Amino acid sequence: MKEIILTPKELPDVGLIAETITPDLFAGKSIGKIASLLIFAGNQRKKLGDFFEVAGKSADDASDTRIVIKGDITKVKMVGKGTKAGEIVIEGSAGMYVGEEMRGGKITVLGNVDSFAGQTMRGGELVIKGNAGDYLGAAYRGDWRGMRGGVILVEGNAGAETGLFMVGGKIKIKGNCGTFAGVHMKKGLIIIEGQTPERAGAEMTGGSIVVMGDTDILPTFAPVNEEKNPEIDGEKLKGTFQTYSGDHAERGAKGMLYKFV
Amino acid sequence: MQESLSKRCTVASDVVCPFCGTLCDDIEVDVKDNKITDVRHACRIGTAKFFSVLEEGRPTKPLIRKNGVMVETTVDTAVKKAAEILKKSIRPLLYGWSSTSCEAHAHGIAIAEEVGGVIDGTTSVCHGPSVLAIQDVGCPSCTLAEVKNRADLVIYWGCNPMHAHPRHLSRYTIYPRGYFRERGHQDRELIVIDVRKTDTAKIANKFIKVDYGRDYELLGAIRAAVNGNEINAEVVGGVTKEEIQKLAEKLKNCQFGVIFFGMGLTMTSAKHRNIDNAICLTKDLNRHTKFSIMPMRGHYNVTGFGEVLTWQTGYPYAVDFSTGYPRYNPGETSANDVLQRGEADAALIVASDPVAHFPRKSVEYLAKMPLIYIGPHHTPTSLLADVFIPSTFVGIETGGTAYRMDTVPLYAKKVVDGPKGVLSDEEILERIYKEIVRGK
Amino acid sequence: MASLIIKNGTVYDPANNVNGEKMDIYIKDGKIVEKAARGAKKIDCNGKIIMPGGVEIHSHIAGGKVNSGRLLRPEDHKKLVMPKTKLTRSGSGFSTPSTFMTGYLYSKLGYTTAMTPAMPPLMARHTHEELNDIPMLDKGSYPLTDGNWFIMRYLKDGDIEKAAAYAAWLLRSTKGFALKITNPGGTEAWGWGKNCKSLDDPVPYFDITPREIIKGLAEVNEMLGLPHSIHLHANNLGRLGNYETTIDTIKVPSGTKNKDRQTLHLTHVQFHSYGGDSWKNFESEAETVAKAVNKTDNAIIDTGNVTLDNTTTMTADGPMEYYLQSLTHFKWMNRDVELETAPGITPFIYSPKMSTAAIQWAIGLELGLLIKDPWKVLMTTDHPNGGPFTRYPRIISWLMSRPARDEMLEKVNAAAGKRSSLASIDREYDFNDIATVTRAGQARSLGLSETKGHLGIGAHGDVAVYDIDPDNMDPSKDFKGIEKAFSAAAYTIKGGEVLVRDGEIVKVTYGNTYWTNPHVDKSLEKEVLSDIEYNFKRYYSVNLANYPVQDKYVKNPIELKIDAQKVGA
Repeated sequence: MKEIILTPKELPDVGLIAETITPDLFAGKSIGKIASLLIFAGNQRKKLGDFFEVAGKSADDASDTRIVIKGDITKVKMVGKGTKAGEIVIEGSAGMYVGEEMRGGKITVLGNVDSFAGQTMRGGELVIKGNAGDYLGAAYRGDWRGMRGGVILVEGNAGAETGLFMVGGKIKIKGNCGTFAGVHMKKGLIIIEGQTPERAGAEMTGGSIVVMGDTDILPTFAPVNEEKNPEIDGEKLKGTFQTYSGDHAERGAKGMLYKFV
Repeated sequence: MQESLSKRCTVASDVVCPFCGTLCDDIEVDVKDNKITDVRHACRIGTAKFFSVLEEGRPTKPLIRKNGVMVETTVDTAVKKAAEILKKSIRPLLYGWSSTSCEAHAHGIAIAEEVGGVIDGTTSVCHGPSVLAIQDVGCPSCTLAEVKNRADLVIYWGCNPMHAHPRHLSRYTIYPRGYFRERGHQDRELIVIDVRKTDTAKIANKFIKVDYGRDYELLGAIRAAVNGNEINAEVVGGVTKEEIQKLAEKLKNCQFGVIFFGMGLTMTSAKHRNIDNAICLTKDLNRHTKFSIMPMRGHYNVTGFGEVLTWQTGYPYAVDFSTGYPRYNPGETSANDVLQRGEADAALIVASDPVAHFPRKSVEYLAKMPLIYIGPHHTPTSLLADVFIPSTFVGIETGGTAYRMDTVPLYAKKVVDGPKGVLSDEEILERIYKEIVRGK
Repeated sequence: MASLIIKNGTVYDPANNVNGEKMDIYIKDGKIVEKAARGAKKIDCNGKIIMPGGVEIHSHIAGGKVNSGRLLRPEDHKKLVMPKTKLTRSGSGFSTPSTFMTGYLYSKLGYTTAMTPAMPPLMARHTHEELNDIPMLDKGSYPLTDGNWFIMRYLKDGDIEKAAAYAAWLLRSTKGFALKITNPGGTEAWGWGKNCKSLDDPVPYFDITPREIIKGLAEVNEMLGLPHSIHLHANNLGRLGNYETTIDTIKVPSGTKNKDRQTLHLTHVQFHSYGGDSWKNFESEAETVAKAVNKTDNAIIDTGNVTLDNTTTMTADGPMEYYLQSLTHFKWMNRDVELETAPGITPFIYSPKMSTAAIQWAIGLELGLLIKDPWKVLMTTDHPNGGPFTRYPRIISWLMSRPARDEMLEKVNAAAGKRSSLASIDREYDFNDIATVTRAGQARSLGLSETKGHLGIGAHGDVAVYDIDPDNMDPSKDFKGIEKAFSAAAYTIKGGEVLVRDGEIVKVTYGNTYWTNPHVDKSLEKEVLSDIEYNFKRYYSVNLANYPVQDKYVKNPIELKIDAQKVGA
């Protein structure tokens, strides 16, 4: 893989919109051209090179291109938007919308991510070593079809409305998850290894949510049975789980909640 | 009734009250020597609003901060300074809008687009959750006389119209005789669902007390009952399963039901998901009977701002123009988002008082940046301003368009002249826009 | 208003029997004249075709439910954005574009006039506020009368003159252009969650039938002498087997006559040409409907083509919108308007792989191709119901090219070929046909053919120029080129001013709003006004004085005063 190294300079408080930081847009471009890519700082049209030192070499194909961001970019939004192939490694924390609409490739964030990471994801892998904000792997406002493919892995905690309107793919959270995990879910799998306070699977009509830790289950979920070592969407789980169907506030709901006992 | 009045006593009728989303349009105002002397039909709050134009010490001259002190200046100078602040800014926030006319809104939006800023209305701290819910699941609704003429079951959930929308029940929902409800309140049932027995609850046929923060679960349980599914708990949100099932039957068997809701749902615990579930309940009920739902919008033209912004940009609030085209995502682009993340570097506040209402962190940021304030009185926000331009009251001193909570648009006419030299929001904003684009 | 000389273009002007003639067009002070004006700007259109500016007769672009549709669909808006430029405002929206964007997009297609067809009278102010924010076009709107309590009661009581007086008052109060009827009677029934299931199904409590409403309003329309006929969205839109209702509906106003135009404009008939009795055996009945339209001498239609997009349905047909969302389970808005009508909105995805959508697509084209006289079958998508108006160039290419249709038939669900007759139709539109169904026919139907939809002396200087060399282009083969050329006008000229050049906006103007103001006999007016006052006091939620649209709301109005004083005399 050919690597492009972006080292953040002093980043402004106003935050940046950097949807041009993707392997697909870097592939086949010289360092000079990459440094000229459009970045918004508030209402100012700037260049990538204004905010990052750009070094390395890009490959001809996105799939052979890895972008490494050496440092915290907590206020930089939309890194990796629409990524189809290749890799991005963020050696620090990242802003909102990391990996929005990604279709392939892999994005790894060593720190935390802000809200809306993996919005409307279609494929690929998004790995977050720290914590995620709200609306992880969620649909955009008004969209009744959110994440439809790919895998999101969070080693820390995630915020509220993870997997909103999920219609496919997998989200795994090693830590705790905020309220309304999997709200309006239709298909797909969310695994929460920590706890989630309440309202997991609210208004879901399909898909599966696994909760290992504590959670208050909505009264509109019906206990079904106990399952040992269930396999869901190719994920082999260990232990005994009480299953619940729901959310029966809806008509004909076929969602499943697996609560570790 | 006259548009511009001189020294005679006149009665203005069919006046639209510019206070709350009920937007009563049957107000009568007596004016003598260009002073309001009597107001009829308005509720206490509306009446107070009309008389507030006579308040002592109302500012009539623009002010600019010089060396930390606010000094009087001309409109031209204040407009120039405002334009300068906005042009220099790289992420200006234009906020407020609920208490001014659609005509003013249009100029504000043009400014925001021109300077590549963020424009947001008070919706984002009020019924924003309702809008988010509507965008996710829709909204079966109607205009207010549909309720007057047809409704036999009216529910107020998480709102207290006796205090916040005093004439709502008498003009639209319970007391009036409707075409199909000739006996008025005798032909209707009023249910109030709230965390405590409010004054509205005291006059209801039925009051259901819900545990604080548990409206979401209660809504889901009612939905399950309406949809013929089991409720897996004996008590939900403080209401027994039997009561929930009885309520579901009542809802299914009315002829025309309506749910009005307010901050009790939008601002507690599940927030927009409360509204989501309430709307979904309404949709479920439409399989059995006719049912509608409506948010009790607070300010008299918060709905109007949403309408104008939506038709001009595509989105109802929290619109970010910084990339040259409108972007929308509450959580990223609303006023508090942009303030608390330290992104905004200048603010134009119109027809609102965020310093009095916003979280402390937002106010701390507002205090640090150049701030332009346009409005009829001094408020905590105007005291922080670097530029203050006094304006007239829409619907009293200046005519303008406003949209009622059910999106019916009305022209709120002028009944008195404003103080000499004080312009309308519309005029001031138009001047600021012209100054910004001058020489481009 | 400007002067212009358009030289050397190949002109298609069906209203004046000009069919592909090379000729110059002269505009002086905004109007088409016989001779070139001195000092006028010249544009050379050699190798290009010239048509009158496009006239849109039915497109939901302004008003309460249109805006509710916008509010409902932030995710639609994210898909297509228009950045601000030095000349143009920004905007967003694929199926529900914002207002400035709407005007620019129409202008880029070569359109110069557009009518928004469904204005709830109580919300008329809102429609006009939005129309004021739509640049580049002349416009107008049609107030809805289908569930109107006054109309229903007057017609039920046989008071046709009072109905006419009320309709006149309604047009005046809403500054509307024409009388619109959507699911007559059904929209009042929807106030109780019910519907009118046939032309003879009476409205609950009002006890009048859809048939009686249509007949009555057709009579009222001609009594008043309005420029357009009644504009009708028939009962049972979207229902299986509804073609029978459509055939019946065409006959309803046959008693009324007008020498200049139809007495019934039946709209988006694609949605009303369905056969079958279950979605599994759903099939096209376009042939039957086309036959009826071919036979009739009092009705014309517009098509309501489906473009196979993810779009938004929005009509005043509340029960239909509810029915649609009950099939899809998509989000749904409903906005019943007191004493008047019942708008509803829900998204719809016409996926080409779906058998129903593929058949619907075929039906829209069948109607265009099987109805022999192009003056009777105008092209629309009922934007955005069948698809966004930005797809017009694509529909034009389908109408002009059998190979284009064949290519589509390969791509879409096979049901399109099997359950419609489209695959067997050879007919291909020529440019004259296109000019008729997108301009001339629309202007005639609207009663505006003196100034719109043609390029003869006295017409407004509204002209569209497309980069198509008719001598060197075969639309049948080069259908992609046709779509490309119609997507970006070489010139869009309005009132003699060049607004678009090569698909880009070069000048922004705001057009006129047309509205009709018929006056009946004064004492009849007075009588009806006292009825109106009585009912407003009791049943409306606003005061009568606050209901009529004030003058300030219609910027650049063109008021068509109509003397109907013989009514009630």
